[in-house]
Amino acid sequence: MAVLERPGAAKAVPGRPGRDRAARRDRPTTSVWERVRRERWMYTFILPGLVFFLVFAYLPLLGNVVAFQDYSPYWGITGSTWVGLDNFAAMFGDPQFVRALTNTLIISFLQIVFAFPAPILLALLLNSLVSDRVKRVVQTIVYLPHFISWVIVIAIWQQVLGGAGPIADLFSTIGIHDVNVMADPDTFKALVTSQVIWKNVGWGTIIFFAAISAIPDELYEAAAVDGAGSWRRTWHVTLPGLVPVITLLLILTIGSVLTVGFEQLLLQQPAVGADAAQVLDTFVYFRGISGGDWGLSTAAGLFKGVIGTILVVAANRFAKRLGTEGLF
Amino acid sequence: MTTLTAPPVRRRNARPVWMGQPSRASQSLKALVIALIVLVMLYPFVYVIAMSFASREAQASGSAFPTSYSLDAYRSIIGGGVVTRSLVVTALVTVVGTALSMLFTTTLAYGLTRTRRVPGSRTVLVLVLCTMLFGAGIIPNYLLVRSLGMLDSYWSLVVPGLISAFNMVVVRNFFMGLPEELLESARLDGASEWRIFLQIVLPLSKAVLAVIALFYAVGYWNSFFNAMIYLNDTAKWPIQVVLNQYVVQGTALSTLQAPDQPPPPGQTIQMAVIVVATIPILLVYPFAQRYFTKGVLTGAVKG
Repeated sequence: MAVLERPGAAKAVPGRPGRDRAARRDRPTTSVWERVRRERWMYTFILPGLVFFLVFAYLPLLGNVVAFQDYSPYWGITGSTWVGLDNFAAMFGDPQFVRALTNTLIISFLQIVFAFPAPILLALLLNSLVSDRVKRVVQTIVYLPHFISWVIVIAIWQQVLGGAGPIADLFSTIGIHDVNVMADPDTFKALVTSQVIWKNVGWGTIIFFAAISAIPDELYEAAAVDGAGSWRRTWHVTLPGLVPVITLLLILTIGSVLTVGFEQLLLQQPAVGADAAQVLDTFVYFRGISGGDWGLSTAAGLFKGVIGTILVVAANRFAKRLGTEGLF
Repeated sequence: MTTLTAPPVRRRNARPVWMGQPSRASQSLKALVIALIVLVMLYPFVYVIAMSFASREAQASGSAFPTSYSLDAYRSIIGGGVVTRSLVVTALVTVVGTALSMLFTTTLAYGLTRTRRVPGSRTVLVLVLCTMLFGAGIIPNYLLVRSLGMLDSYWSLVVPGLISAFNMVVVRNFFMGLPEELLESARLDGASEWRIFLQIVLPLSKAVLAVIALFYAVGYWNSFFNAMIYLNDTAKWPIQVVLNQYVVQGTALSTLQAPDQPPPPGQTIQMAVIVVATIPILLVYPFAQRYFTKGVLTGAVKG
């Protein structure tokens, strides 16, 4: 019991008014009720937060029963009829859902291949700079887009890359007209990936910088003494030092393969069309909240959530088997 | 005088001896790559800000940078109209939301600092950490907010996201790092937990509180999706939804402007709306930037 840890607490301050209470603390057989009573004020700190998480994180989990109902807002959850797995059957037979799932997986794959390594490369590049001042200035600049909402990011990109922007102008001066990258379904997935890199690459470097700074200088020195040039030092010292962090982040990324920039895609879907831009989250939104097909869209959301959680837990177990620390 | 040798001055950025000098080629290559990165990151901002000040003639000439400037676009979206109203709404939601989020986050974080002493608090901590792994999904959340009667209420923008589990963990880790002796001595002197929290813990945690407050404030300022699904009443829209409607989706701009103003070119107005939606972030960003690394890393993933 934790209370045993401070045996000296009462004896250290003889004659204090709190002595009796402090002495009681030392009795090894404090009942739980006694401990609860002693710490009662701490519960006033915990209670509001606990209520918040129960209501806004755990209560909605129950709302997923709608996935097994022919839900109608008029009858509510208690009054709607149960349909078993019908919604799931309809979902897998729906070409739009299959399209959304494929798009999600393609975009996820592109992000793991291109967006995931980008911050690692940038961190290595900035780390190789000698001047602290240049490093800090560049960091300030590359962090910036992380703090801007997707709406602003897309609005800005539209102004620069859209049909009326300077890039399209540039193309038309060399004779290529009507270039509008922002509305081209064929290149949309590449566009989405570049937007993600632009917005998040700088912010992503923070955690790698911390990992790099934790690598002891002696390792570099020893490598240099053994004749390793700067490339070999990066390859044999820096990168191995980053492996635990990379594994950790990869677990998180794999856990969210079915979640790809919801707002980002929702905002751009009207310009490029559902065939190229529909992903699971936007499918749920358009089918459910705009379309009123509650049961089916909840089923799609539940499918996404369950698979995602299974993937994180599995990836974590796998990482532990590989000998890294894992996430939890 | 000349016999005196200068003390060995070690330059702050002096490279260790073992590092060796970089080659000319690699240095120039690095400089080039970095210049390119900075250009790609900054050009869109600079372009949008510059064009938002373009005068009618400069806009028409179609060059990459305006040659003459005017404030027409700002005049037409500020002094009344949809943009002005949405800015006020967004500012209020940001201020109230950030204050409430900070209150609930710091109290919960403090309540969970002594999991070994306070029975049941470890269970609460695990419950909170689990929410970082899964979410209920869009539809169940919507149904909850609707059944709580918060549709079309500004509370729907604040209450569902009141505490971020991640921010709570960051703050809790910081609190746990405060010297235990300090708190214990206050306890022995008879200070209540609330007094310790308000007069010792919070004042010692200013750095991390500044970062978390910035994260919350940016979140509220940028919040788009909640406003889009929970607010049907267009008069209540915050700036991000307005920006989406009129700039990204390109709905007609006429209602944006204050009445009886001659309309400047549509694109200039769009740029000006982008700028006013971004300015608050550009203003607070430099002040909080130096705390980022510390704030993010104290919370790094593990609870």
